Amino acid sequence: MTEGQETSSLIQHARLFDAGAHVVAAAFVGGAPALALADGVVLIGEPDSQKRLVVHPDAAMLTAISDGKTLLTGGDDGRVVAARADGGLEEIADEKGKWIDALALRGKAYAWSAGKQVRARDETGAVKTWSAPTTARGLSFQPKGFRLAATHYNGATLWFPKVDGTPQTLEWKGAHLDVTFSPDGRFLVTSMQENALHGWRIQDSRNMRMTGYPGKTRSLSWSHDGQWLATSGADAAVVWPFKDKDGPMGKAPRECGVRQARVTQVAFHPKALVVAIGYSDGLILLVRLADGAEILARDPGGGLVSALAWDASGARLLFGLESGAAGLLSLPA
Amino acid sequence: MTMSHEPEKIPVTVLTGYLGAGKTTLLNRILSEPHGKRYAVVVNEFGEIGIDNELVIGADEEVFEMNNGCICCTVRGDLIRIIEGLMKRKGRFDAIIVETTGLADPAPVAQTFFVDEDVRQAARLDAVVTVADAKWLAQRLRDAPEAKNQIAFADVVIINKTDLVSPAELREVEARIRAINPYASLHRARKCDVELADVLERRAFDLDRILDIEPDFLVADDHDHDHDDGHHHHHGLKHYHDEDVQSVAVRLNGDVDPAKFMPWINQVTQEQGPNILRCKGIVAMKGDPKRFVFQGVHMMLDGDSQREWRPDEKRESKVVFIGRDLMEEDIRNGFLACAA
Repeated sequence: MTEGQETSSLIQHARLFDAGAHVVAAAFVGGAPALALADGVVLIGEPDSQKRLVVHPDAAMLTAISDGKTLLTGGDDGRVVAARADGGLEEIADEKGKWIDALALRGKAYAWSAGKQVRARDETGAVKTWSAPTTARGLSFQPKGFRLAATHYNGATLWFPKVDGTPQTLEWKGAHLDVTFSPDGRFLVTSMQENALHGWRIQDSRNMRMTGYPGKTRSLSWSHDGQWLATSGADAAVVWPFKDKDGPMGKAPRECGVRQARVTQVAFHPKALVVAIGYSDGLILLVRLADGAEILARDPGGGLVSALAWDASGARLLFGLESGAAGLLSLPA
Repeated sequence: MTMSHEPEKIPVTVLTGYLGAGKTTLLNRILSEPHGKRYAVVVNEFGEIGIDNELVIGADEEVFEMNNGCICCTVRGDLIRIIEGLMKRKGRFDAIIVETTGLADPAPVAQTFFVDEDVRQAARLDAVVTVADAKWLAQRLRDAPEAKNQIAFADVVIINKTDLVSPAELREVEARIRAINPYASLHRARKCDVELADVLERRAFDLDRILDIEPDFLVADDHDHDHDDGHHHHHGLKHYHDEDVQSVAVRLNGDVDPAKFMPWINQVTQEQGPNILRCKGIVAMKGDPKRFVFQGVHMMLDGDSQREWRPDEKRESKVVFIGRDLMEEDIRNGFLACAA
């Protein structure tokens, strides 16, 4: 805990369960809690009545994302599958013999990458392909318009799948991993191999460097108002201000939940400036941005927190660990 | 809070060797032996593996420069991604074998294990194993700098296709390898018929296993023979001196002063790092009952206190550098000046 601050606890409001395998991602799909597991399984439903969907049989789940309606998963079997709340599964793609490295999802539009090959499927089911210069590690749809950002070595590329012509590449030396657009579409932020974030203002491609992390950032979460970006990779959640037209340029980030453990997951509450923070020792805190007030959501133990998700109303927090430990926290009304 | 025991890291063996030397033959041998182990294999060409193996991952060798102010610091981006993905299958395989292309420089692979924190936590580099063609190696050492790097970098060298050369030619190729890298263990083979124990689970990068760093002049070509016989190979061995890649070993009787040694080793690896392929050392630090051991790749260094010096052991300090155009006198004088 942070010294000098009183920490209240909500741990008695969490229902703990064993997911059975490394939790790759957590989501609420049609309101139902859902966990994507490394052994290729999706667990969906309330903790006492979960359905177990074998999405990638005999394979490993490499990545999974959700928009609240669909849980999109990618495996080392080369398959991309959309899982829905009713337990229905739809195979979106089968890249035989390859691994699915990254996914993006918006409504009925999907994108995935396998090595250098980046594919986007629009609402009509039409699939377009773009070849990245190196393996595309991260994908994200721009908030408006059918435009996809893909990260690679030495930058990120913005691609309109429906438009012929050369996609626009935003250059910055180094290997770029995960990628996210600010909710207003003004900024693109990537995490990098060298323990830093990089950002571009889309309008003029102006560069923003966000450095000082002791580890890699692999979890990024925007606040509901789009003005803050919470990030993992340090011994606190590092929260960057994006309110002004220059974004975080020349500004210091906030540090929330400073502890002697690495932050591995962050998830902003969908309605309030509160961020859920998961650490390498299994502890989970809820921290209010305004005053740094902390509430304990999970005691330490059981390995690193690998997945966090709020439901749409912000009443429930679903979490999972690399060890397979999991839980569903219901905030008292 | 109780700390759980640190889980065993997955060993990673790197197979290098110039085109046609027999890397795939060795890989097929490893996979077909009844060892009961499950391997994840990272290859650059699918279809070359003749054995059914559950986990074969095709990789493009993506060598990335790191923006960390270290000019020779490169990593294999594809390997970082693959190891991250393989960790989702934890418990379903025992070890990883990475086969590089014939023209690959082993340094980026090795440096990946120094630089990337996630890789370091999940896996450990076990050894760099280089397969050399007995008939063509001498030629390759003349015309292919990659082949020389692969020999210089190796922990284990397999001289393959020994049946295609005469005993005199074989001795010559061994002498040429020794001129570049006297510290690798050398094995003669036909169709890569080596004992797997000589190739796998070597723990060559494990600081705890750095026991001694003496040049290895013995050629283990016959596992039944008494190693004393090995000295016979020594007779009549022509001594080669490679023009540009060589090793520099310096021994210092007694202790070094840590206040002099630490800045010196950092300076040497910073200044000569691009030319240093590998380095290793066992050092007696003044006032420290434990041996200090280190090893490195280019500018990367990894060092730690090891076991205590035994009462019957002479406290002495020794460093070894293998590299290209090394400034031998500078290294020698610099190290000797660290004496306590």
